[in-house]
Amino acid sequence: MNNTPLLEMEGISKRFPGVVALDRVDLTVGAGEVVALIGENGAGKSTLMNILGGAIARDGGTIKINGAPVEINSPRDAAAYGIEFIHQELSVLDNLDVAANIFLRREPTFGGPLKLIDRGRIYKEADVLVRKLGLDISSRTLLSRLSIAQQQLVEIARALSAGARMIIMDEPTSSLTLTETRRLLEIVHDLKSQNVSVIYISHRLHEVEEIADRAVVLRDGKNAGVLQRDEINHERMVRMMVGRDLKDFFTAAGGKEGVPAKNEGQGFEVRRLRTLRYPKHNISFNVADGEVLGFAGLVGAGRSEMARAIFGVEDAHETEVVLDGKALKITGPRDAIAHGIYLVPEDRRQSGLIVDFNVRENISLPNLDAYSSAKIINFSKESKAAMDASKAINIKTPTPEMRAANLSGGNQQKVVLAKWLTFAPQVLIFDEPTRGIDVGAKAEIYQLIRNLAANGVSVIVISSEMEEVLGISDRIAVMHEGRLTGILERSQFSEEAVMHLATGTEG
Amino acid sequence: MKKELGIFILLVVLCIITSIYNPNFLSTINLQNTGRQIGAFGIFSIGLGLVIITGGIELSVGSMMGLLGVLLSMMLTEWNLGIVLALLGCIAIAMALGLGHGLLITRLNMQPFIVTLCGLLFYRGVARFISGDETKGFGTVAGLDFLRFLANGNLFGIPMPFVLLIIISAITWVVLHRSVYGRYLFATGRNPEAARYAGINTKGIITLTYVICGALTAISGMIFAFYTNSVSPANHGNAYELYGIAAAVLGGCSLRGGEGSVIGIVIGTALLQVLRNLVNLLDIPSSLDFAVMGAVILIGVMADQIFTERRNRRQIALMREMSAREAQSN
Repeated sequence: MNNTPLLEMEGISKRFPGVVALDRVDLTVGAGEVVALIGENGAGKSTLMNILGGAIARDGGTIKINGAPVEINSPRDAAAYGIEFIHQELSVLDNLDVAANIFLRREPTFGGPLKLIDRGRIYKEADVLVRKLGLDISSRTLLSRLSIAQQQLVEIARALSAGARMIIMDEPTSSLTLTETRRLLEIVHDLKSQNVSVIYISHRLHEVEEIADRAVVLRDGKNAGVLQRDEINHERMVRMMVGRDLKDFFTAAGGKEGVPAKNEGQGFEVRRLRTLRYPKHNISFNVADGEVLGFAGLVGAGRSEMARAIFGVEDAHETEVVLDGKALKITGPRDAIAHGIYLVPEDRRQSGLIVDFNVRENISLPNLDAYSSAKIINFSKESKAAMDASKAINIKTPTPEMRAANLSGGNQQKVVLAKWLTFAPQVLIFDEPTRGIDVGAKAEIYQLIRNLAANGVSVIVISSEMEEVLGISDRIAVMHEGRLTGILERSQFSEEAVMHLATGTEG
Repeated sequence: MKKELGIFILLVVLCIITSIYNPNFLSTINLQNTGRQIGAFGIFSIGLGLVIITGGIELSVGSMMGLLGVLLSMMLTEWNLGIVLALLGCIAIAMALGLGHGLLITRLNMQPFIVTLCGLLFYRGVARFISGDETKGFGTVAGLDFLRFLANGNLFGIPMPFVLLIIISAITWVVLHRSVYGRYLFATGRNPEAARYAGINTKGIITLTYVICGALTAISGMIFAFYTNSVSPANHGNAYELYGIAAAVLGGCSLRGGEGSVIGIVIGTALLQVLRNLVNLLDIPSSLDFAVMGAVILIGVMADQIFTERRNRRQIALMREMSAREAQSN
């Protein structure tokens, strides 16, 4: 490594109307270095990276590449300096094949002004690139047929083929399974050995612990500190990120001792559920009143399908749902809701919320009849209920008339929750409740889950985050490829035990 | 409310300009005529607007009016069904056609554009076929006075179609902006998946909306039939769906769904009819008729887009201010 770092960002400032998003932030990245950029949501990570990626203009500060000041005014400029941005929401075109995606806007052509794409060449070169990343697919495969993890690798292939010297990865593992995450971390290692730098943005601190050479922490738009390789540990990062101790982050959340007594005929029971995706396996389990049953497993294990089938938004081949000893007939979400069974879905912005509706309209939506007489809505009643709910679970919004799209991820999730909390839940199913949510809001959501359980609600928490599922659950059900491979009692909880069942490596 | 203000101001400005250049604009007869047009066009435009709010489209309203006009004439003059039966029959048929559209769209997942485009072609053809492609009238059927009054009469000087529009828009306003049904309609149009997760019967809502659109189309169609007093199967209602779509879009409906208002649609209709009137009164070559309309719609929608973005930016700024304040107090 030579002495001039590949990238130096010095004193970067950015002001948005009414708020300073970045206040003289510094960031340096050496060639072949993996730098983790961490901080709570709103700390300024995205703003800083968008400035580097050329998506927004900075108000002050300098950017140097190999010691020379540069101007980056567009993503094209960034690409010209070898900087590639892999966004959390992948920007692949899923109607095109792998090769077309890799070579998009850089297609080798022949035929002079006709600009015909040299198909032979792009498939050959794409195949080589794809192999190099350990992807076992043809470059003629349509992107829509690939998993998210594979699509992400295609994006990395595109960055590499564009001659990237630095790749920015924004929350790259947020929708990956554990094995896929492992694979991605290995690829980050490979990139490093090829002298490609990586800026790695993640809320998953154990990944940072594992791969980062340095961790740069931002807080409220300022540098909060830098941790060198040997200083990086979970506690230090969290302390730097939040600026205070969060010592009882997980313990308080899951601190309830002992499983609640299981009264026969009480609580929630699912018998012989067969989802459309895994029709061969059937799932049976029960959740006592006041119990939190975690569902662990790899992504694609069939947990979300199970949740959707229970809630009635997805058909199931056969299932029997029993609540407090009574068998229920659920043919759609309306039936589930009528029985007090609610779902906080995986995809918050698509299924959980109407992002163009305001907070008030979102919260009241499933329960409008309660705020109306003769089907005419009483706005003051509705508004008051929304305000009470916002206050009760601390939704940060200046007014209930705020569009949900403008709230942070954590607050959006609280709006989804508020929707169900306004009328007494019997069973609440959470599907990845804290995905993409910052540390502070996570703690609040855990507290809410515990409070629900304390009030006798049967809670199901589907989570791909090991710490979360171990921390929050009274028991953990583990699934593997559509099968329920085991249910762990609290005394049996360990990362190894869960992984063992989740990967299907029995005996 | 704010959203409609812009286009309302545009309407007022156009009226003032027209009346300055040609005082005849304010003559009773001209105002009554324009009002009559606004009424007849407004009623089905509201139906079409509701469909647009579901994220759909209804291209067959013009052809449907042609078919209903022909059927109404034939029921009265050839089949002697009697007035009440003929009227109810027309409305029922239109609602049934709407139901059919709704079911094809929600049960078979067909695209509204295609379903109703087929309707546009099909109903026109049927209208021409059953009438033998001959213009139909109402002859000497007795007892049509009341219906003629609804189309051509005035109540205290106000044209009846306009009065009907006011009544219908008042009802739909309450339904759309004050009732649970309206909220579900907006939710379904915005994000059908999230609406379903909230327990809303999205398929039912969408289907019902096409049925309502059918009923309103029937009412407009009958007003037009008695207004012209004859129904030419090839032309009656021809291209009216475009007036309806234009009025809805001018009035703030988004073709992406989930956005729009009854007041906006009514003002949009008024604006279109005033524009047609203006072309006449200001001696603008009538060949420019559509060009003027196209330009005004484009400008109106452009302005709306700019205002919407500005409003959203203000909200985002408000959000940022709040988080900044919090950061300070921490």
